[in-house]
Amino acid sequence: MAEIVLDGITKRYPDGALAVRGVDLTIADGEFVILVGPSGCGKSTTLNMIAGLEDITEGTLRIAGQVVNDRAPKDRDIAMVFQSYALYPHMSVRDNMGFALRLAKADKATIAAKVEEAARILDLTQHLDRKPANLSGGQRQRVAMGRAIVRDPKAFLMDEPLSNLDAKLRVQMRTQIAALQRRLGTTTVYVTHDQVEAMTLGDRVVVMRAGVVQQVGSPQELYDEPVNLFVAGFIGSPGMNFLGAALAENTLRTSLGALPLDDRTRRALERADAPRDLIVGIRPEDFEDAALGEHTGGAVCTVTVEVRESVGSDVYVHFAEEGGPVPTEELAELAADSGRADTGLQEHRVVARLSTATRAAEGGPLDLWVDTARIHVFDPRTGANLTHPERAAG
Amino acid sequence: MSARPSTRLSTRQARSLTGWGIANLAVVLYALFPVWWIVALSFKDPATLSDGDFVPRTWTWANYRGIFRTSEFTRALVNSIGIAVIATTVAVVLGTMAAYAVARLRFPGKRLLIGVSLLIAMFPPISLVSPLFDIERVLGLFDTWAGLIIPYMTFSLPLAIYTLSAFFREIPWDLEKAAKVDGATPWQAFRLVIAPLAAPGVFTTGILVFIFCWNDFLFAISLTSTTSARTVPAAIAFFTGSSQFEQPTGSIAAAAVIITIPIVVFVLLFQRRIVAGLTAGAVKG
Repeated sequence: MAEIVLDGITKRYPDGALAVRGVDLTIADGEFVILVGPSGCGKSTTLNMIAGLEDITEGTLRIAGQVVNDRAPKDRDIAMVFQSYALYPHMSVRDNMGFALRLAKADKATIAAKVEEAARILDLTQHLDRKPANLSGGQRQRVAMGRAIVRDPKAFLMDEPLSNLDAKLRVQMRTQIAALQRRLGTTTVYVTHDQVEAMTLGDRVVVMRAGVVQQVGSPQELYDEPVNLFVAGFIGSPGMNFLGAALAENTLRTSLGALPLDDRTRRALERADAPRDLIVGIRPEDFEDAALGEHTGGAVCTVTVEVRESVGSDVYVHFAEEGGPVPTEELAELAADSGRADTGLQEHRVVARLSTATRAAEGGPLDLWVDTARIHVFDPRTGANLTHPERAAG
Repeated sequence: MSARPSTRLSTRQARSLTGWGIANLAVVLYALFPVWWIVALSFKDPATLSDGDFVPRTWTWANYRGIFRTSEFTRALVNSIGIAVIATTVAVVLGTMAAYAVARLRFPGKRLLIGVSLLIAMFPPISLVSPLFDIERVLGLFDTWAGLIIPYMTFSLPLAIYTLSAFFREIPWDLEKAAKVDGATPWQAFRLVIAPLAAPGVFTTGILVFIFCWNDFLFAISLTSTTSARTVPAAIAFFTGSSQFEQPTGSIAAAAVIITIPIVVFVLLFQRRIVAGLTAGAVKG
């Protein structure tokens, strides 16, 4: 158990490519931190640098107060769970789990006791003498976890440990990992590209893009107060809707109509000296069917429903929006990551999450209320969230 | 298939089974015919040697007794075993290390190394025999074990590197990383994790290299002059009949049968490992 401090960690490959740029991060003792981002954002490279499997080009890495930049993985006292599990195929489950202890020259009785204990926690006792090839995916995953926990290391590093499981098992294992981490209280760094995993597991989430940390915060902070377009679009499912907007008087003119600015937003935009063309972000749940209940403030617009999806607890309504936001690099990357770029859908769609009481019908008109107090306004040039509280306050 | 009750299908199945059976039989007969011919020849006495009968009319051990009567053959057998075993061991050890580097490491000149090793494999050995003869005469390696071991090693290394690097590529790199994180030194990671997984590949390569060294005739005949280093394939060529008018056909056949035995035993012993090895590159396990 230990604190892990990354101070200006940078990875530059021999061909000059920068994989990770100046990551500063302090992971407290016992904390569960998630590194999340689309593929190629440098999250796995960062993890490998903490593990010692890749050299650190610049910056210092401290584990439990000691600089470990030049220490071999074996001298860092960390355990790692790999995406492929990396179980030793020629060893039984027992030997797999006891391998690290055997290398550490622990005596046989200690190894046996620790392996038994870990197997009991992970419900692997009856599989101890089997080979990994004869185990199911979920069991292999648990062996990989077991190999990490028998050692009682300073930290766990997990590299997408659940991405090889099917959806149902993944949800179960997610809960199990969270419970296990809480119980053991070991500092954990967890890498994933799945924002749902990131939101549900971590004490804190680190969103990365192109080797740069975008934002560090609790899952709720990232959801409510994203610092930029990328974080706003990456966190949340379905993702935030982005609309092109023009600033005029006290309103934002969008294709959904004019959205009046409340004091908070107006002040924020004034202070930021906002350009005329902006991007407005609205989460699906910040829409509601105008016919339901009393809504004060906000704005109402009329749209034509294209698709209505009922998921039981909510109704999702999709409608087309003309124009769409100013194309930016970040939006393009988000589209590529979500697979939207591959679906071939040219026109821009907006999603609203409504109460199940809505009468919205496919092909019919719908009056939608927009909660303008909760909208985010982004600068298309920098991607920055102009309405972020820190920025607005400062 | 068996779940389907259709009788027509099962006749079709039976027919295809028979077809395959016949095809297999034909291939096996085709492959074993020359082997049986040699075996039959080795058991014939000089009088019936050229009668063309498929099964010897009279069986005799005379040919076998004949070749073991002098030290010429036994001495060659010792040379063959010694040279082949040493050359195979050295080639496999060097090949393992080279293949590991080729499969795992990025180093300058890697493509050159692979290219050069392929070049060696493609070079016709016959064109190298006379220069090798001269070189070995100068260096004093001519007609010694080392004089054969060195060229065998050289010519089997490309084969060893190629087969072994395919095996190493199959072993996920994550396993090594896992071993390192688990606290293994690079040598421990290699010895405890990588080597056991590469064992089928090492066996396969070892057998292929051994067969190459064991069967070679060209170098053996050109780079030796006495029984001190002459291997069996070369020694057979020096067999003489009991009189100058008699061909040593029976002795040659007997010697051929005897040198085939170690290979057959070797292959049968490691058959399962070889099969696992040969298919390891094709199917992801």
